[in-house]
Amino acid sequence: MAQVKEYIGKVKPDWCPGCGDFAVLNALQRALADLDIAPHNALVVSGIGCSSNLPGFINAYGFHSLHGRSLPVATGAKLCNTDLTVIATGGDGDGYGIGCGHFVHTCRRNVNMTYIVMDNQIYGLTTGQASPTTEKDVRTKTTPEGSIEVPLNPIAMAMTAGATYVARGFSGDNLHLAQMMKGAIEHKGFALVDVFSPCVTYNKQNTYPWFRERIYKLEDEKHDPSDFRLGLEKSFEWGNRIPIGLFYKTERPTYEDEESALRGGISLAKQPLERNNLASLMEDFL
Amino acid sequence: MVDCVFRIGGEGGEGVISTGELMTIALARAGFEIYTFRTYPAEIKGGHANYQVRVADKLLLSQGDHVDVLMAFNEEAYQKHAKDVPKGGVIIYDSDSFSVPPSDHHILYPIPLTSLATEKIGIKLTKNIISLGVLAALFDVPFEKFAGLLKDRFKKKGDAVVQKNLQALQVGVDYVKSMQKRDSIRIGSGPRTAKELVLSGNESLALGAIAAGCRLYAGYPITPATDIMEFLAKELPKIGGYVIQTEDEISAIGCVLGASFAGTKAMTATSGPGFSLMTEMIGLAVVAEIPAVIVDVQRVGPSTGMPTKTEQGDLYLAVYGGHGNCPRIVMALNNVEDCFYGIQRAFNLAEEFQMPVIVLSDQYLGHRKATVPPPDLAKVPIISRRKPTPDELQKGYRRYKSTPDFISPMSMPGMEGGGYVAEGLEHDEVGYPAASDHENHLKLTQKRYGKFIEVEQVSNEMCRIHGDEHPEIAVIGWGSSEGVIREAVQMAKEKGISAGALHPKILYPLPLARIRDFISGTKAVIIPEVNYTGQFATLLRKRFAYDFIQLNKCVGLPFTPKEILDKIEEVAANVRTSRQPHATRV
Repeated sequence: MAQVKEYIGKVKPDWCPGCGDFAVLNALQRALADLDIAPHNALVVSGIGCSSNLPGFINAYGFHSLHGRSLPVATGAKLCNTDLTVIATGGDGDGYGIGCGHFVHTCRRNVNMTYIVMDNQIYGLTTGQASPTTEKDVRTKTTPEGSIEVPLNPIAMAMTAGATYVARGFSGDNLHLAQMMKGAIEHKGFALVDVFSPCVTYNKQNTYPWFRERIYKLEDEKHDPSDFRLGLEKSFEWGNRIPIGLFYKTERPTYEDEESALRGGISLAKQPLERNNLASLMEDFL
Repeated sequence: MVDCVFRIGGEGGEGVISTGELMTIALARAGFEIYTFRTYPAEIKGGHANYQVRVADKLLLSQGDHVDVLMAFNEEAYQKHAKDVPKGGVIIYDSDSFSVPPSDHHILYPIPLTSLATEKIGIKLTKNIISLGVLAALFDVPFEKFAGLLKDRFKKKGDAVVQKNLQALQVGVDYVKSMQKRDSIRIGSGPRTAKELVLSGNESLALGAIAAGCRLYAGYPITPATDIMEFLAKELPKIGGYVIQTEDEISAIGCVLGASFAGTKAMTATSGPGFSLMTEMIGLAVVAEIPAVIVDVQRVGPSTGMPTKTEQGDLYLAVYGGHGNCPRIVMALNNVEDCFYGIQRAFNLAEEFQMPVIVLSDQYLGHRKATVPPPDLAKVPIISRRKPTPDELQKGYRRYKSTPDFISPMSMPGMEGGGYVAEGLEHDEVGYPAASDHENHLKLTQKRYGKFIEVEQVSNEMCRIHGDEHPEIAVIGWGSSEGVIREAVQMAKEKGISAGALHPKILYPLPLARIRDFISGTKAVIIPEVNYTGQFATLLRKRFAYDFIQLNKCVGLPFTPKEILDKIEEVAANVRTSRQPHATRV
């Protein structure tokens, strides 16, 4: 089995001390090591934000793309090289705000890849504005009187949009988080791992202690992840008790399974370029 | 000699376009060169539609200046187009739909198309096929070309449908026998015996993309580019590639960059509104040095504009779109055949220089059909990106290593030792973010622009000259206007004017040496463009202290040869009398 240290990148993370993203990076490295995925066969694609700097800190191929655009780039790469383990990462603003359109459609497509969202319920890189998951009435730099919008529910969104593995982790529980990620990477289909990854600098509301008081594991309550209705019900649980763990998992043919050109098994990127087969295409136009 | 323009007009959705297309293919199969021109309403049903086909026994360069034969299915078509038929021209019309007072100006053939269809066949829509029978019989186009085509087209629908259509064709032919022919147009058979393809600009481009090695197309439907995606959705799977229809244009170009990064040649095509959305990603492709081909089939803008009409209005966006210092290559396609070869060159440039290549087409070119000789694959050999050597992969691979030609070897995921992060942030030679390193930013910007030294050489090589190489009256055009300009220059030369046209294929970086050489010694240089402000003229003025004369047309239609000829003649006269040249709008 591979060692975690093989996945440690040469660049030192620039996150604030105590940032939840350290745990996410660590859990991802652990999951990749446990699954013995060679660093050159892993691709980590991100958008923009504190958490989207992650590809730089991991030893693998990486693509630090544009704000909100990690999923289209990851989709293009995965569909052309199906041998790669593709992981998209980013934050709540990146994935549920500016990139929300791509998020729901990537769920729907069920491309075989993993999407890890470090959800800190705030815009951290721009120093503390409300995000799509900021809770109502929370004061931020752009909501000085408290946010008047209700937050998005990413778990419910992913489930209803067609994601086939939907889980939530917490940066305060590294082993559980790595387990969620391992399950997501092993899962054949589009997997979301939404991670409570507290921002210690700009989110004074949703802190480590705040989460520790509230979270419980679905596994501990014998939740059946094959039950869609129950999973959806659990996704709306918020307040005094907040569930983490695997909400929903199902098997559905992936985009790659359904696309006839990909069924041959050889990745597009590895196929030799044949130019002699054009003649048959031209017959329709004579 | 045959050189004749047919135009068919009527209500949109009632078969005007399909009648025109059948006519076009029959004429191509009869051995002629064809050149169609299509405008249609933005609505799916209703609105006015027309389809024009010019047919000749010689190379055709434009849609022509007038209409020889108008087929009007309704009065609106007559009212709109009769003015384009000169004295002595032919107008055939459905006399069940409207009547035209007798005139000496046009040769009129009233034909009760609707009642022939309902009474003889029992299906009103067969009037389209009856009208083809009329055209075949009246102008002596070989009947068997139409009959054969109808059999090919309708055989999937069963023998009964084929027979109904052949019967309708015969009704048209028989009706003509009962009439007296009063015009002198005769088409007959053309000189060409070898089969040629009948392709639209968009189809030719799509076929060329496959020939170039494109195996992933990502796109979002938009007029007038959608048929590229539709063509590839049908054809790409046959050779192992495929199309992904994304949720928007940003996602489309995102997929293209992801695919190209992973080692597959990929493309997207769009029109102005989608292209505007893609500009941020173009910057990412530039800074991360990812090969990408982006096609913009231009339509009238700004904003939603006139989606089914043509314009050359996206040049500024193609050249300057995006923030920061952002070198990309901008090419423009010239004609239907060039769509096939031009797109292959675009892929080659993207691969060789590891940067985005923007390919400008337009509605006029994308939607017109022409006869094209079967493609020659040897004409454009495939170029693929430079890859790292095993040695480079073992000894600390640097993705953006400085090299004499500014091009660095590009690894792809799966290569051991080749790992790096493609960055939207400014980065150093290895690929590590370097967002605060001032000197490094200059160095890497120089690297990205350094590639232009060689691209400009290619740009100089990819120019064509028509007419005089060192004319008194010069024309520099771009994109789909090439044929029209070429025809106008020929006409001017026949009138004794020293005229010549330079047509660059790469517009950015400009072919400076070729333009400098071409304009030195000329008395005037005309820049015709289908836009309001003269976007190409502005690019030229940045690099040449020369008083270029603009000729702009901004009505959603392409130039005609005569419009350009008129300007050449006017400028030639001005030059003789030393009057100041001036800009014109058509």
